[in-house]
Amino acid sequence: MAAEKFETSLKKLEDAVNRLESGELPLEDSLKVFEEGIKHAAICSRKLNEAEKRVELLVKQRDGSFVREEFIADDDL
Amino acid sequence: MNLFAEKKILTVSQLTSLVRGVLEENFEHVWVEGEVSNLSSPSSGHLYFTLKDGGAALRCVMFRGSVKALRFRPADGMKLIVRGRLTVYDQRGDYQLLTEYMEPQGVGALQLAFQQLKERLGKEGLFAEELKKPLPLLPRTIGIVTSPTGAAVHDMLNVLARRHAGLHILIAPVKVQGEGAAAEIAAAIKDLNLYPGVDVIIVGRGGGSIEDLWAFNEEVVARAIFASRVPVVSAVGHEVDFTIADFVADLRAPTPSAAAELVVASKAQLVADCTGLERRLRLAMGQRLATARGGVLLAQRSLKGPELVITRLWQRVDELTQRGDAAVGQSLAHFRHELRHRQTLLQHNAPLYRIRSLRERLAHLELRGSGAVGKALGACRAGLSERVARLESLSPLAVLGRGFVVVEKLPARRIVKSIRQLKPGDRLRLRLSDGVTTCCVETVSAQELEMLDSPSPRG
Repeated sequence: MAAEKFETSLKKLEDAVNRLESGELPLEDSLKVFEEGIKHAAICSRKLNEAEKRVELLVKQRDGSFVREEFIADDDL
Repeated sequence: MNLFAEKKILTVSQLTSLVRGVLEENFEHVWVEGEVSNLSSPSSGHLYFTLKDGGAALRCVMFRGSVKALRFRPADGMKLIVRGRLTVYDQRGDYQLLTEYMEPQGVGALQLAFQQLKERLGKEGLFAEELKKPLPLLPRTIGIVTSPTGAAVHDMLNVLARRHAGLHILIAPVKVQGEGAAAEIAAAIKDLNLYPGVDVIIVGRGGGSIEDLWAFNEEVVARAIFASRVPVVSAVGHEVDFTIADFVADLRAPTPSAAAELVVASKAQLVADCTGLERRLRLAMGQRLATARGGVLLAQRSLKGPELVITRLWQRVDELTQRGDAAVGQSLAHFRHELRHRQTLLQHNAPLYRIRSLRERLAHLELRGSGAVGKALGACRAGLSERVARLESLSPLAVLGRGFVVVEKLPARRIVKSIRQLKPGDRLRLRLSDGVTTCCVETVSAQELEMLDSPSPRG
């Protein structure tokens, strides 16, 4: 499920809310949809909180490979 | 110059050379304006054209090196301002302007170049709305193609950090103006496409003059943006500046800061969206459960006094059973009757029964037939005996029994009644009462009647 994109999970959460709010589902299905919605809410929240704060420079080597270097902001500007 | 002092004779080449010297010395750096005609650009890359106005024409040539530096493409009919030096093309004796620079009259050269490229790429479909890719809602890795030193990169990093703390930002450092800038920008866009995980690319720089921003008007940059698999946001200069890159990009941001804002929706906003959705989800589920519970309560209430209900149900069952039995009995009787009737019909028409009756009829007919035939035969037999008896009494043959003979003459078997019918040697057939013989006549003589009773002659 980790491969799921944030947009996909958000869309599925929205779908679950809409289906449940329509009130036309049998109880059994309602529970399934609810569980699915809660699952995607959790995924969305996790993705939003995944912290990967990095600012790097992509430097191309002569052989065409890439090296990442830490970007040091020039505070003079 | 003492050429005119004495009569000195020059060759054509000498004179031409002299003229060229004069021209090149005195018209080393001239600006001319006129309209282009007879433009030709052979594969050598040089450019040949004539500049003219209402009264005169000037042959011009521009060599490949200078042509390459041009940002627009001259065309017939275009009004140009050109700079160059005069020279002579010896072989033809023509003088011509060796053009080093040109710009369109009226609009600036860059302006014209911009319009020409925009028109060309537009026709090719590089700006098509339907090819523009949507931006991801929550990009994990953002590629930025810009100068690592400059206000633009700081602005973008600030905005990105403010809107969402946990982002991976990958900066592809490039020159954003001057020689080679366009090529570097295009290469960086390609590199970020090759680097895995990049969700969106911002290409941009801060404000500047049209010359400063020019790299973003170069075809190579436009094509790199168009070819990018990752969505590209352009962010060049200030709000008023439009570049070719802006037209090709999937989204145009008016400034680098704005680009950063467009690329990352505020984390706070996204969190609010998600929690709002989750709240609605729980609420809807709660309502659904309440409805279900209500339904159960209602059912329970109507189940009050279950025994009564059960009794009523039993009664109903009994009633139905009875009615069912009666109905079944009736139809059974009816069917039984039907069956009997059919059986009778069947028996009467059964083939066995018919065969038996036919056989009886046949025997009866046989009986009747044989009786009648017997009677008829008896009558016939009786008639026959009577007739035979009568016939016998009349038969000449009966006389034969008493010793008479019937004589027939052979070979015709004619009955002999007179001796005159015979002569010696005739062959005779004699019929006696119990057989037949033949004989031969020896003699013939008439005799008296009294001889009649004597035995017949021999032979």
